[in-house]
Amino acid sequence: MRLLRALIVAMLSLGLCTVSFAAKEMKVGFVYVSPIGDAGYSYAHDVGRQAVEAMDGVTTSYVESVSEGADSERVILNMARKGFDVIFATSFGYMDPMLKVAKQFPKIAFLHCSGFKMADNMSNYFGRIYQARYLSGIVAGSMTKSNVIGYAAAFPIPEVIRGINAFTLGAQSVNPDVTVRVVWTKTWYDPATEKEAAKSLLDVGADVIAQHQDSPGPQEAAQEKGVYSIGYNSDMSAFAPKSHMTAPVWNWGPYYTKVVEQVKKGTWKAESAWPGLKEGIVDLAPFGAMVPQNVQDKVNKEKADIIGGKKIFTGPVKDQKGTVKIAGGVAATDKELLGMTWFVKGVVGTTE
Amino acid sequence: MEITIIIPLLAAAVQSGTPILYATLGEIITEKSGVLNLGVEGAMIIGALAGFIVSRYTGSPVLGFFAAGIAGSFATSIHGVVCLWFQGNQVVSGLALTILGAGLANYLGTSYVGLSAPGFSPFAVPLLSTIPVLGPIFFNHDILVYISYCIPPVMCLFFSSTRFGLGLRAAGEYPAAATAAGLNVLAYRWFGILAGGFLMGLGGAYLSLAYTHLWTTNLTGGRGWIAVALVIFAFWRPGRAVLGAYLFGSVMALQLRLQALGTQVPSSILLMLPYVLTVFVLVMSSWRKKTNEEPAALGVNVEPVG
Repeated sequence: MRLLRALIVAMLSLGLCTVSFAAKEMKVGFVYVSPIGDAGYSYAHDVGRQAVEAMDGVTTSYVESVSEGADSERVILNMARKGFDVIFATSFGYMDPMLKVAKQFPKIAFLHCSGFKMADNMSNYFGRIYQARYLSGIVAGSMTKSNVIGYAAAFPIPEVIRGINAFTLGAQSVNPDVTVRVVWTKTWYDPATEKEAAKSLLDVGADVIAQHQDSPGPQEAAQEKGVYSIGYNSDMSAFAPKSHMTAPVWNWGPYYTKVVEQVKKGTWKAESAWPGLKEGIVDLAPFGAMVPQNVQDKVNKEKADIIGGKKIFTGPVKDQKGTVKIAGGVAATDKELLGMTWFVKGVVGTTE
Repeated sequence: MEITIIIPLLAAAVQSGTPILYATLGEIITEKSGVLNLGVEGAMIIGALAGFIVSRYTGSPVLGFFAAGIAGSFATSIHGVVCLWFQGNQVVSGLALTILGAGLANYLGTSYVGLSAPGFSPFAVPLLSTIPVLGPIFFNHDILVYISYCIPPVMCLFFSSTRFGLGLRAAGEYPAAATAAGLNVLAYRWFGILAGGFLMGLGGAYLSLAYTHLWTTNLTGGRGWIAVALVIFAFWRPGRAVLGAYLFGSVMALQLRLQALGTQVPSSILLMLPYVLTVFVLVMSSWRKKTNEEPAALGVNVEPVG
């Protein structure tokens, strides 16, 4: 009897063990720089997180509004100590803190967004959003009547400058007379300033407003004035339904699920990834009803070309002074794109 | 610069100046009663958040606007408790209110960032908006701007022609004499703090309900401090506060428009303009201080009459 009972207990506990082993879930953590909200940069990352959450055997958690620097190191370290298997940090300023933690936890996969440093267990990744900006430029260039497009922009750093250039080249590809006027707000998320920036562009004759900010402030300004606008980060049409034509958007789901799947199988290796339209990481938000079918067709054709390998920054490309920066027939290298600090011809504004 | 750009610039100046105007008028009432409140920024941001949340849940921006005022009064009542009940240092208490207000609003407002709430939209005033030049500058805004036009004259009347207003000024000029005359100085000062806080809260609500319909951390962006400086620039007169607020508004609007026009001046320098102006205004006002309009007992605590 006693033996039987011992056996039963042993079998039960063995059974429990296997059950708990099967239920051992992968833990994936995300660190965001701003609150998630309804739209914007961190919101787009969180949509990607939800795709990971939907995978079998994976749980996710996130921390929002983490300031860059020392605070982020504490958050990332905390996740590492709690035994997370994969950690995504989604802002530039998390780069060094993450690298520091990555060295202490060699078995954890670390992924840093928008930076350039790597380690054996730390990837960096970003998306070629400029490809989607080029497409949105085609829409703006086709729809403008005054041939002046306003662009409310955050900070004069290569990421933003590259986007403005791609947007301008897109607009010029359908409308060579177009000029793009740039106003720097020096803010990522300050709806009041960003709205005012868009209004100042409207006052100098812009009739399409594009933006590189995290808030829908510029969209509000465009809607109030009754002109069209191009959003950013995520579909902002809810904020300005009459004005929002489309937006370059992030679609992190495919990349995040791919990485988590690789870590699960043990095939993941640190890399420097810069996926784009082809991989589905960046895209355009659905067109508003005001965008005519022929414009939509043109954009879709260009999109197919870019997916097929067409390079946007192919020479001859001149800067504002007319100097040839990218020679005819040559495509800019990724290194040149990542360090871009000059405006193409047709942009009105300074990069300082 | 052509005329087509100047009118929108001035219209934008009125709009950018309005939140500062509300806050400056609030601080004038408070200082007239003899209390220095450096916590304008804190009261504004608490008002901005309260207005946004109430408007979002009730769907009524008008309710949100009033809630912002009440929240602003609530915030400055902390200053009142410290300075009027406990005779605390007014400068330190005001600074604490700024820090507390910003921290509290950012903490409570985290989950509202990136959401939008119903707010006020511009409408043209019939007839008045058809006046050339002045019409588009002053009469094509939202209702909160029109309300702000009414406050300075009312305040002037209040200070010069009402018994209560004169009592409030006495509390700020010579509290001992006011007490001897049978006035309750503390009650007047409480009124100054709460009414001032109400207006500061409204100034905050202007940012979250009219200027934009969004909430974000640090929405007020230093406008409360500009208001503190403007009170000195205005020599504690509501009429001059209007001038000062629109002057600042025009500089804020101008720097973005200079960029839009394609000037080659680096944007960092243009962005400094409002703050350079703040320093300039303070230097100029202290230099011209001969007039000495400052309430004589500003910042001086009074003992409660036992």
